[in-house]
Amino acid sequence: MGILEVKGINKRFGGLQALGDVNLSVQENTVHAIIGPNGAGKSTLLNVLVGKLIPDSGSVMFDGQSVLGRKPHEINQMGISRVFQTPEIFADLSVFENVLIPCFAKRDGSFKMQAIGAVTGHSDIHTTAEAILDDVNMLDKRHMTAASLSRGDKRRLEMAMCLVQEPKLLLLDEPTAGMARADTNNTIDLLKEIKEKRDITMCIIEHDMHVVFSLSERITVLAQGMPLVEDTPDNIKGHPKVREAYLGEAQV
Amino acid sequence: MLGLNSRDFKLFIVVCLMALAAPILLNPFPTASALGESFNAGYPALMQRFVIFGILVIGFNILFGLTGYLSFGHAAFLGVGSYAAVWMFKLLSYNVVPAIILSVIVAGLFAVVIGYVSLRRSGIYFSILTLAFAQMSYQLAYSVFTPLTNGETGLQVYNDDPQILMGANSPTSPHFFGLEMNSQYTLDISGWSFVFQNGYYLSAIFLILGFYLSIRIFRSPTGLMLRAIKSNQTRMSYTGINTKPYMLAAFVISGMYAGLAGGLLAAMDPLTGAERMFWTASGEIVVMAILGGVGTLIGPVLGAGIIKYLENIVSKINDSILHQWFAFMPDWLEGVLVTIIHPFIGKGWHLTLGLLFMAVVIFLPGGLVQGGQKIGGLFRRKKTDDAADGAKTPAE
Amino acid sequence: MDAFILQILNGLDKGSAYALIALGLTLIFGTLGVVNFAHGALFMIGAFCAVTLQKIFGISFQTIDDTQTDFLGNPLKVDTPYIEAWFGPEMGMAIQDWSVPLAILLVIPVMFFLGWVMERGLIKHFYSRPHADQILVTFGLAIVVGELIKAFYGANPIQTPAPDMFLGTVDVGAWLGMDSGAVAYPKWRMVYFAFSLVTIGAVFAFLQFTTFGMVVRAGMADRETVGLLGIDIDKRFTFMFGLAAAVAGMAGVMYTPILSPHYNIGMDFLVLSFVVVVVGGMGSLPGAVLAGFMLGILQSFASMNEVKAVIPGIDQIIIYLVAIIILLTRPRGLMGRKGVMEE
Repeated sequence: MGILEVKGINKRFGGLQALGDVNLSVQENTVHAIIGPNGAGKSTLLNVLVGKLIPDSGSVMFDGQSVLGRKPHEINQMGISRVFQTPEIFADLSVFENVLIPCFAKRDGSFKMQAIGAVTGHSDIHTTAEAILDDVNMLDKRHMTAASLSRGDKRRLEMAMCLVQEPKLLLLDEPTAGMARADTNNTIDLLKEIKEKRDITMCIIEHDMHVVFSLSERITVLAQGMPLVEDTPDNIKGHPKVREAYLGEAQV
Repeated sequence: MLGLNSRDFKLFIVVCLMALAAPILLNPFPTASALGESFNAGYPALMQRFVIFGILVIGFNILFGLTGYLSFGHAAFLGVGSYAAVWMFKLLSYNVVPAIILSVIVAGLFAVVIGYVSLRRSGIYFSILTLAFAQMSYQLAYSVFTPLTNGETGLQVYNDDPQILMGANSPTSPHFFGLEMNSQYTLDISGWSFVFQNGYYLSAIFLILGFYLSIRIFRSPTGLMLRAIKSNQTRMSYTGINTKPYMLAAFVISGMYAGLAGGLLAAMDPLTGAERMFWTASGEIVVMAILGGVGTLIGPVLGAGIIKYLENIVSKINDSILHQWFAFMPDWLEGVLVTIIHPFIGKGWHLTLGLLFMAVVIFLPGGLVQGGQKIGGLFRRKKTDDAADGAKTPAE
Repeated sequence: MDAFILQILNGLDKGSAYALIALGLTLIFGTLGVVNFAHGALFMIGAFCAVTLQKIFGISFQTIDDTQTDFLGNPLKVDTPYIEAWFGPEMGMAIQDWSVPLAILLVIPVMFFLGWVMERGLIKHFYSRPHADQILVTFGLAIVVGELIKAFYGANPIQTPAPDMFLGTVDVGAWLGMDSGAVAYPKWRMVYFAFSLVTIGAVFAFLQFTTFGMVVRAGMADRETVGLLGIDIDKRFTFMFGLAAAVAGMAGVMYTPILSPHYNIGMDFLVLSFVVVVVGGMGSLPGAVLAGFMLGILQSFASMNEVKAVIPGIDQIIIYLVAIIILLTRPRGLMGRKGVMEE
């Protein structure tokens, strides 16, 4: 039984079958990649997992509980965090404040009225926030406005914001899209480092085969909204069906 | 100190001193002099308006400044607060304590209802919804709710009102346990006369309390959440935070400030009418906040003060004063100038206000506080440029 | 039955005004992405164009008629409008009588020009600014326009009657085979309704059948793509702003016989028209028109004495109530597209 069990998900947009009977099982403490050509339904699947879309049928169980029908913030509180294609951070706030918010969300839940005491009074939150910034080597940038960070640093900051919540499952939506090779390698190293340091399950949607094969332990291939194969990276590489549907258009 | 960091504490002390010493500070010119008659602002009726509208805009800033949600119907809460206070005068007695308490509570409840509906939507929809609610309240105050609002006549206290807590010796104007709001002490020093009025000081104390509370809110975890909502709602919900209750809290707190301001207005002068809820009144609140600097602590107080001061001066100027000012010019030039300026003064104050509003939005979107910071920044940069000449910062 | 028809008819003229203003608001919003709080002011400027023309036609010179005396026994002073002196008394009187419809000819170029100036001089600089800034600056402009009107024309409503031949009523009841006099409807309101239908039809036809309109519609759907085609979309959008201003101006001119214009009329109509746009669905032209007529008619029903007896004051707030209910149940409005104005 995996930590995330997706069974028989269907989703139609008008006449388009975006997802057709998708099954997926992500095992605890593994890195699971979902790949597939453009329009294969990867993003739709991700949006179902985080509660942004509601599928027409099927079930999504996370850690023994159903995810469907819950709002994004509730799903996050269950232990699923998400990294976006372009980093979603609080651009107007300082780096440190960016990290404080998930710390509060982790400690106090989705809503707690604390309108009187100063933020600086919550020393436990400060310690956690500083620790995570130190972890991603950004402690020296804590007073900078998030908007002024470099692209790579924005990515690191978003990652830190997700990690500080100690999620059971981290969803990554094309974390290296549009990055130069050096940045991509840095991101791979960062993710590997994260994986070594903590017990965490990751689910990556990715275009870049280099990233997929350097990180993942299992791969699910989607094509036209259907799961094609699910196997280890080595088996996927040589799989004739995958070649036909997908790898024909990409260089490995 | 008082749970504030040292910078905020200094700011707070400055505001306290300004509010308490206003009757002196705002009378720089001898009372009887021409300058004093035109530009002195240290008389109770005007100072009351400074602080009461200051409270109103501080509250508005908690909503708009922190969350970026632009409410166009804030005057509705002010109006409701005033009505509630006058009703307390009518039913109980002229004591301001129950009146102010009720005005805050009623405005708060009103804000819960309006906020619950309006906050279903964001952005422009939210602005339009709040505007629609305020106009609806205004219309209702003139029609169906006439028994409660006394329609066009306006609500006031009559001799045959119950006033059940009125004793035989109770004051017949608003008072704080016997301390009458409109009684005052005048201090004459050579050409100056300084007026210290109970009503002003009651309002000033509320301003100080309101300002203190707003600093605490700005610096609190909830304040941080509200700023984060303004910055990125998507990240907020994917960080496990339910933005709705935070927004509603900000809206209601903001509405309660407006209710308090409405209650104080009634406490200074125990009558009120629906025109307090008209859209121009809501617009004026927005102007004050923008002019001062949205999202800053001191901005709203500055904005409210400047607008009310300008209103007072500009409305007082008339053509004969203009002729006095321009008397040194050739007659034809004097005539032309007076004709040009004429529409902007006296009853034309709203025209000046509108133009000022546009100018601030166009040229100084951050308001006066940001403008001041920019100027300050220029000076500072000059200094640091000199200092940093030798030690170039390493390239990234 | 006749009361029912009468209320529908009564709702049509107000609904026409809402629809015309909401149409312009939607055009501006859809093409330029700007929320124009000064659109009501454009409607008002139109109305005051009619007032101005009426005043111009009334400018007169004074002559002394020695053959007559006034009540003090002095020779009578007679005011003769120039227009009567130039065109002869009969023609001159007719021109004055027709000043409201004639104002249409004046208002179209004036409003086009004002719209163009407004877009190039002010709105252009706000495309990249937040929506709140756009709202604020146009709101400030609305205050300024209202106050200028007050400064020039005073605060009181100004009578601007329709031409004589449109005074009186049409016996709609007789047309429908009912008793004569059962449903009497003022002629000018009939004219207003017809005028608004023609205007709305013209705008839609323009967008539907001209190349220009096609580009604009494409631009409303996806601004960036059209930009990539190498079409100078900005110039066309400026034109759209002028067109929306002209539509609002014409709506204002024609409305003056129904409601004497005053300096607050702009904001009164703006608030309601915004509600109309929200109900119709932000960015949907048919939605704006549909909601405009719908709300106009609803308002008219709500002001029936029978209805008011049950729910007092409902006529004042019906539009807002409907808007609130619609927004809570169909957040995008009746015909709103997905993703418009949603962060």
